[in-house]
Amino acid sequence: MGTPTQIELAEIGAARSGASAARQATWRRLLRLRWGVGAAGVLVLIVASAALAPLIAPHDPLGVDIRHRLSPPAWMDRGTAEHLLGTDQVGRDLLARMIYGGRVSLVVGVAAVLISATIGVLLGLSAGYFGGNTDWTIMTIINVMLTFPFVLLALAVIAVLGPSLINMIIVLGAAGWPIYARVVRAETLAIREREFVLAGRALGMGHLRLIFRQIVPNLVSTIVVIATLQVAQVIILESFLSFLGLGVQPPTPAWGNMLGEGRVYMLNSWWIATFPGLAIFLTTLVINLMGNALRDWLDPHLKL
Amino acid sequence: MRRYVVGQLAQLVVVVFGISLLAFAILHVLGDPVLLLLPQNAGKEEFERYRHLLGLDRPIYVQYWKFVSRAVLGDFGKSWYADTPAFKLVLERMPPTIYLTFSGLLVALLIALPLGTLAALRRHSWVDTLCTAVAVAGQAAPIFWLGIMMIIVFSVRLRLLPASGYGTWQNFLMPAFCLGAALAPITMRLVRSGVIEVMNMEFIKTARAKGLAEGRVVGKHAFRNACIPVITVLGLQFGQLLGGAIITETVFAWPGVATLTVESIRNQDFPVVQCAVVLLALLIVTVNLLVDLVVGFIDPRIRAA
Repeated sequence: MGTPTQIELAEIGAARSGASAARQATWRRLLRLRWGVGAAGVLVLIVASAALAPLIAPHDPLGVDIRHRLSPPAWMDRGTAEHLLGTDQVGRDLLARMIYGGRVSLVVGVAAVLISATIGVLLGLSAGYFGGNTDWTIMTIINVMLTFPFVLLALAVIAVLGPSLINMIIVLGAAGWPIYARVVRAETLAIREREFVLAGRALGMGHLRLIFRQIVPNLVSTIVVIATLQVAQVIILESFLSFLGLGVQPPTPAWGNMLGEGRVYMLNSWWIATFPGLAIFLTTLVINLMGNALRDWLDPHLKL
Repeated sequence: MRRYVVGQLAQLVVVVFGISLLAFAILHVLGDPVLLLLPQNAGKEEFERYRHLLGLDRPIYVQYWKFVSRAVLGDFGKSWYADTPAFKLVLERMPPTIYLTFSGLLVALLIALPLGTLAALRRHSWVDTLCTAVAVAGQAAPIFWLGIMMIIVFSVRLRLLPASGYGTWQNFLMPAFCLGAALAPITMRLVRSGVIEVMNMEFIKTARAKGLAEGRVVGKHAFRNACIPVITVLGLQFGQLLGGAIITETVFAWPGVATLTVESIRNQDFPVVQCAVVLLALLIVTVNLLVDLVVGFIDPRIRAA
């Protein structure tokens, strides 16, 4: 081979432009990742402020200060420096209540996601691995559950169980599993046929060992990504239930029930409803950004 | 085509059966109707008498059968609160919910179709980036907060629109836009990826090679084909759409099924809750079936799969 032929030249050219496209894609991935890292930083701040609430909250979240009731944020005309984000209808400090309120959302979000991920992954694995009737039954349950709007199901169950923190975790945990089950089943179906699983089976591994040693490790990144994104969904639903008065009960501060109480006073005191909502928005935003970055980082091909 | 229809109908039967089980179990397995009906200080005999009266001392499958055979005829029992049949109460509230759902869908499409197409055609331009940013933010904003913010701005501050109520077109604007804004991000993403995919197809090259103007290539050939996945996904997500409508209703005091359900939960009026859950689920299942059939009719590839 002396000089490269036309075709070879064309191939080299294609490879070059491919390489530059790949470099561009990598760069974009890094950019998104940078967003993800920034988001993770903000999330750490939110989690830390909720965890250290007693240390950093400027006031007692339940402390009533009737002299300063409905006082606007500090930068407004009638605002006081004492209450940075203003106060509610009985003069409780909004900032303090928001810092404490984060505890409810984060605890419910993480606990409910742990429950639904566990149920969903186990059912998805069984459906995908065993197939046949097991698969049919589980898929039917998934279809029924997905037909129901999550909100409606949660409302109906809370109606019977009664509103409380624990009930809310149970409901959101029990209602959220189908999404995990569906994705895990699909992935298991594909992985089940791969050589290393067949090899494992040929070596005489049992079902449990095959599932948990060979298949599950390949699913971890997928599950982590879904779980992260689901935390945001659960936080929104939790705040909605609390907003309706069907979640965490007052006077315990939660972003949702603060928003619900603020609705009553929105004619004159916009801040009561605005700030807790902003807290929900910011938290779900950074969790979503982090989830997207995590997906790009762990598995760019994953489509959710 | 016939096999496809039969298959879809069979699936429908199974799903409806599952929904009836779920609706029954929510009240009868998770809770005890008598405990909810009688005052807490009622005596033990009183409980037993009521249990017998309502047929709750019979085996659970007998109770379930009774529930289903009545529900099929539209008999969900009387409301414990209003003394009217639950079925009638729920049915009366159905139209506002359906109108809200569809007007929300319309708003979402009006936002998502042009923006999604534009983002796809100018990939990685500032339009695309802006759309992505808005979509990411939109997905994180809770509908009920968005609704309240809209009320504060448009009703309280600017006094342009009514904060709640039903009947005139002004009443429709905020709820529809609120629901539409919640739905637009995911729709926009679907439109964008649909158009991107279609633009790489052979028939687009053919259309261009024929010398068609770019507007015609995009408007007629690309856009129409990109719509198929959008319709399918939106149709199948009707349940989620309705879920969004449920949340929107409670913010704007919209006189639909969701407001009724929340009121009934507060009043512990279980026949109404049960009836609302079953009817909403049936509505979703029916719409899903229709979408499946229509899409299967339009696109033979889906029928085969």
